This record gives sequence, structure tokens and C-alpha cells, in this order.
Amino acid sequence: MPDTSKLRYAETHEWVNLQGNIATVGITDHAQKEISDVVFVELPKLDRAVKQKESAMIIESVKAAFDIYAPLSGKIIKVNDKLGQRPELVNRSPYEEGWLFQIECSNPKDFESLLTESQYNSAKESAH
Amino acid sequence: MPVYYTSIIAEHNQTRQSCSFFDVSHLGEFHVKGPGAFRFLQYRITNDMNKLKDGKIIYSLLCDEKGLTLDDILVYQNKPDDYYLIVNAGGIDRDFEAFHKYAPETVSLENQSGQMACVAIQGPKSEEILEKLFGFRLKELGYYRFKEERLKGEPVWVSRSGYTGEDGFEIFSSNALAGLVWDQLVSEGKKEGALPAGLGARNTLRLEAGNVLYGNDLDTTTTPLEAGLGWAVALDKEGGFVGRDMLLVQKEKGLKRRLVGFKMLDKPIAREHYPIYKEGKKAGVVTSGSYGPTAGCNIGMGYVAKGAETPGTSIEIEIHGKLVKAEVVALPFVAKKHKKG
Repeated sequence: MPDTSKLRYAETHEWVNLQGNIATVGITDHAQKEISDVVFVELPKLDRAVKQKESAMIIESVKAAFDIYAPLSGKIIKVNDKLGQRPELVNRSPYEEGWLFQIECSNPKDFESLLTESQYNSAKESAH
Repeated sequence: MPVYYTSIIAEHNQTRQSCSFFDVSHLGEFHVKGPGAFRFLQYRITNDMNKLKDGKIIYSLLCDEKGLTLDDILVYQNKPDDYYLIVNAGGIDRDFEAFHKYAPETVSLENQSGQMACVAIQGPKSEEILEKLFGFRLKELGYYRFKEERLKGEPVWVSRSGYTGEDGFEIFSSNALAGLVWDQLVSEGKKEGALPAGLGARNTLRLEAGNVLYGNDLDTTTTPLEAGLGWAVALDKEGGFVGRDMLLVQKEKGLKRRLVGFKMLDKPIAREHYPIYKEGKKAGVVTSGSYGPTAGCNIGMGYVAKGAETPGTSIEIEIHGKLVKAEVVALPFVAKKHKKG
């Protein structure tokens, strides 16, 4: 499991791991519990340009369909193809095998404006 | 009732394979009693009260004067002219009004929803577990029958009924006693194979069983005939009933739309309100949709125009802006396992 304190978070429950200008994105453990049994993911198309806070893809659970937002702006350069056959990885391993997509960031500095782990934890607590 | 305790799929499978218990105290209970109660209900509801006898239950619709559906209900006959009605939570006030409007003075109509609670125990091991934990005698109890049992000296009603398509029971009691039943199921059920389940599993189970959900598949814009519930509408019963004339006209003219089951042929899930198309033309709307854990695919129900209702018909459903292929199939998706008799 990655060191989640090094990740940054969006208020919409995505985590971001930035290496250079490449951001790997997934949903948090808190989010996967709320979404519950994931049965289908509609991943973004490669090369699609996404804007920060824009819906990038959809996760479907037994409960409902959920929009997943791009935490940073840029271009989709990779998606987790494994999820086509094994969508439950989003529940089982939200920070590792269940990652969703990678963005080549047009403005990597925006990473700093995302929530830190402690900020995210207090934001999600106060939302309850 | 929460949407789930652990996971919808786990609770769904638990119910099909072993046993789950659901807190369904949100259901409403009306007590209808007094001289003329039979005649009053016979005229007020769609099904034929003559199918009842003491200890028996019937399913019925409650329609307005236009034949549109106000609720789907269960009628429990305690004695002649003494009945309990089980109604949906969302309809308690409206249903009470709809009954009250037609009730003669000799009949007392009492809303006991505040004092009564219900725990549903569903799944193949239900009978064994209830007999063991509470000392009930249930082997002889047939489907859609109920009997009085006692717990802590207080009477409770146990019916062989439920919404999941599995064998199972519903226990109606005072609020306090239901709390005790629940706590005992929580503390002793696990080692016998019974776990709590939530609203999410209740929905996937009932959908697979092809059971309609009021508010989704049935509402005040639809008639019981369109919903495929004609078996619970006694159009020819003596004296008629509220809504009959309109339903008769609808039947004679032919139904313009029907509630059908469908199976998705591609991955996304069709959910309520999504439009249905046939050969590129709008043909209806989805009223329920989910992944079906036992069916092993994405399933749903919806209203389709005449001509699209035959099983095998190819349809498309608009999901997130795309048309996704689906096929009309016969209901239920998963065979019901109710006890015979």
C-alpha cells in the first residue's frame, strides 16, 4: 500500500499520486466503502483532455452510478484496463490494484492546492 | 433500515444461500374490524376477498376511482370482518384517507403503524432458525398463511411471506417485542447462519424475483393491468370495486404499454427513469434496474409500448448518453422458491 500521507485528495474523494507531471488517480478507501460493491467502471478514453473538477468517468455499484472527477487538468494517458474484467479491485485495493487512470498534467502545480491527507480526513469527518 | 450492513452483494447471497433478517418496521398496519368490514374491503380493493379465510393472506392493489394505483397491499384475515392491512410506508396517510373515504360507520379503521413493527426473516434456513431461536412451530404453515405465536407471553403474528422470492417469514409484533426479536437474531443468529441485511439487498432480491416496488414500478400514473398484476384484479367480482369501470375499459381497448423485465446485453446498468428505445424510436422507460447478483447480469424492469413486450424483443436503453443493447425477458429473473400450499 502506498504511503497515503504523500497523496493529495479532492473533496470529491479522489486521491492523486503525482510523479513528475504524471498524476495517478483513484478513489479513497472511504469512497469505495460508500459506493460499495463496484460492478462496472466506464473508464475515460485515452488522449481525452480533462479539466480539473470535470467528470472523467463513471463507477457503477449495485447501489448507484457515481461520477469520478478529474482532480487535475491535462490529458488521459493511461487507464487501468484490469478493471474491465475485475471492477471489484476498486473495493479490494483502492490505492493499488484499483487505481483508475493517469493524467499528464498541464499544470502540475495545482497538485499543491489539493487537500492533504489530514485535511481530507477532517473534511470527510465533518461531512457526516 | 440501512442500505447495507456489510455489502449489498454479500447480503443478497446470504439470503439466497442461508438466511437474512430485515427490519421492515417502516411498513404500515391498519386494523379493519366490525360488521360490514368484508363488504367494505371487497368494494375498496381490487382482489377478491372471497379468496380469504382465517389465517390466510391475499395480495391486492388499492386503486383510485380512475383505476390508477394508490398502493399495493396485503390483507390478513384474522376472523370474518376482522382484517389487518399491510401497506407501504410512503402510502400510510394517503391509503388511510382512501380507505376512510369509503368506510361505513359500523367498521372501525385504525392505523396501528406507530405501535406495530415487523421483522422479515428470509432464505432457505429461515424455518429452522426461527423454530430453534423462538420455539415457533412453522412446518405446517403454508405460503401466504399466518398464525399467532407467543413471545414473552405476548402474542405475535408470524406469516410465511416476504419480498425476496425465497422461503421466509414476517413477524408482526409490538415495537418493544420486535426489538427483542431483532436483538436475539443479532446475538444468536450468526452461529445458525442468519445475518442482518439492508435495503440494498432487499431491492436486488425482489427485482430478481420479479416483484414490483411501489413508487418505482407502480404508481399513480399506472394501472395494475399495465403492471402485469391482473391476477390480483377481480374485474368480475360481484358489486364491482373502486376503479373497476376504468380498468374494464382499459382491458377492452387493449393495453398501450406493459411492465416487462429486461436483461442488459452490454455492461452498464440501466436505472430508473432511463429511456427505452426500440429500433431507434422511444418505446418506454426504466422503472427499476440493478446488477442481479444471482442472475449474474444487469437486469431491470420498465414500461414498454405495445409491440415491444414479447420476450426476446431487442431494445436499447440510453445510459450516460449512449444507447446500450438489452433484451426483453420473461419475469422472474430468478425462480421463486416459495413453499407450496
